[in-house]
Amino acid sequence: MDTILFLAHTEADGTLGKAALEALGAAVELKQPINGTLVAAIFGAQAKAAADFIASCGAQRFLTVEGDEFSQPRYATDAAACEALIRAAGATIVIAAATSRTSRVLAGVAHRVQGCVDTHVTSIAAVSGTITVTRWFYRQRIEGSLTRSHRPWILLLDPGAHAAWQGAAGSATTETVEVPLPDALRRTTVRSVVTPPADQQTIRPDANLLFVAGAGWTKKQKDGQTHVPEAETIILDFLRNSKASLGGSKSLVDLSGENQAALPFMGHLNQVGQTGASPRHPKGLSTCCHGEEPHTVGWRFIAERRAINLDPNCGWARGKADVLYVADAFEVMTKVNELLAAK
Amino acid sequence: MNQLFHIVVCASVVPDPLQTLEPVTGANGPSLKNEMMLPAILDPWAAHALYEGANLARQIAGSKLWLVSLAPKAKLQQVMMTAAQKVPLQLVAVDGPCGGFVDAHQTAALLAAAIRKIPELDFSRLLLFGGWESASRSAGVTLQLIGEELGIVDQFQGVDAIKPQDDGSFEVLERIEGARHQVSVCTGPPAVLGWATGSLGEPRNDPQVGMANMRSIMPALQRATAGTIAPDGLQYSNVAAPKQQRQTQIVKDKPADEIAREIVQWITQE
Repeated sequence: MDTILFLAHTEADGTLGKAALEALGAAVELKQPINGTLVAAIFGAQAKAAADFIASCGAQRFLTVEGDEFSQPRYATDAAACEALIRAAGATIVIAAATSRTSRVLAGVAHRVQGCVDTHVTSIAAVSGTITVTRWFYRQRIEGSLTRSHRPWILLLDPGAHAAWQGAAGSATTETVEVPLPDALRRTTVRSVVTPPADQQTIRPDANLLFVAGAGWTKKQKDGQTHVPEAETIILDFLRNSKASLGGSKSLVDLSGENQAALPFMGHLNQVGQTGASPRHPKGLSTCCHGEEPHTVGWRFIAERRAINLDPNCGWARGKADVLYVADAFEVMTKVNELLAAK
Repeated sequence: MNQLFHIVVCASVVPDPLQTLEPVTGANGPSLKNEMMLPAILDPWAAHALYEGANLARQIAGSKLWLVSLAPKAKLQQVMMTAAQKVPLQLVAVDGPCGGFVDAHQTAALLAAAIRKIPELDFSRLLLFGGWESASRSAGVTLQLIGEELGIVDQFQGVDAIKPQDDGSFEVLERIEGARHQVSVCTGPPAVLGWATGSLGEPRNDPQVGMANMRSIMPALQRATAGTIAPDGLQYSNVAAPKQQRQTQIVKDKPADEIAREIVQWITQE
């Protein structure tokens, strides 16, 4: 019988993030079809409070690793904590959310516990008692399902891939797992987190809409001139009015890096597609994007898609979007901004 | 005075992103149709790691740079014709499979073994670089596994910058959620850095660098040891490229005002 370990870290404020609750939802759902037992393990600041928050999840045990040294997201201490928790739980299946913190350490932890790991998992299912996970290969271009006989098997579930667990808070009986920390594990110190100023924060993972800007915004328009400052104003106004998240095509982002006329707020973090992100949003609007299949993987996980492009045969939109407006994005988006501002 | 580094960059080859990828399943599990015929490139994020590593090695006198790659030898040779023109490097080649369906754990074991055999490598100065995710498996686990094999407990992923300090420590910027960066300071090597994009553009091809590199690359390719990777309990099913062709409604000859109204209505509806 498998022992499923839900493994999570607390956020800076001591709560469990949405992605962690989604992973818990997947772990709880898996328990019944494989007739497994569920153990919850939490590390980081205020782990006990986080355990209380999920007290009714059905876990047989609640394990915690707490202390100042475990509050910083640092490989050496996080890996030591996760290793200790997996061993203490006797876990055969470990389910965690694919946050930056867990993604940094859990492959290394798999090595320590002589286990195996799969990341960017988008679904976990059990058919006739066999656990099968689904993930993407070649940057969201090929989807595959796989099973492993090796245990422990650590699974990192992508955010947005499962419904979050919901339940009543309570008082969990926690077991504190002690983790020795020699000086060799304290060579790294987390100093700070750099956050873009509020008016330059263009990436909003929880936004309802992903707005994708392509290199066409920086190209010559019908008057034979480029209009980069106008493009900048239109896009930023739209982001402000719509609260959308901004994505950029590779060609546009590369322009910024090559010091060509480009949109100054567009960096590599905005890049979507083959060598960028494939964010999850309910809706997506692409503008002035050109490109074929490899780049359109950037909106693989966008449910409703619309595009504005002067080229009716654009590979980014045709067959990939629900609606393609063959129109000048400068004109349309200016009007859109007027309408949104008036609301 | 900065401490000199021994920088090992792990990078493999991947199909050119512009190629159509079609999975096929054979006796050894899934692979890509005509995989050996597909034009290949150096893995993009690993390539960024290579450029950042070369830049760091150039800045700090005495530093050295190795490129360690596990790939089919013929494919690697093809890719090195271009990659070798970018930055000075010493190649350590392992001849073996490198596609998206190849198990990362055994890949890491082979790469770690190859790194251990580098004769001049001083582990106390080691910075192990690579891409934070490949463009094939896209898992972000191989570097961590190599790091653990080598006993390195300071690891960073999604790195966009490293700044060596005068006392031998270095500051690292890692990408975290919400377009933010976590700033950490590590007292010194050894460390693992899985690079995101970094801040450097792709260097121009330099034929002189290429010619100098090829003098050592060709012998390295000839010396490449063969590595085998077994499924080891890993079994794939239903590997397929999604055929999500949407019925795109093409809207032409509509005034901008009307399109804007339609878009605003669509955006604002729940």
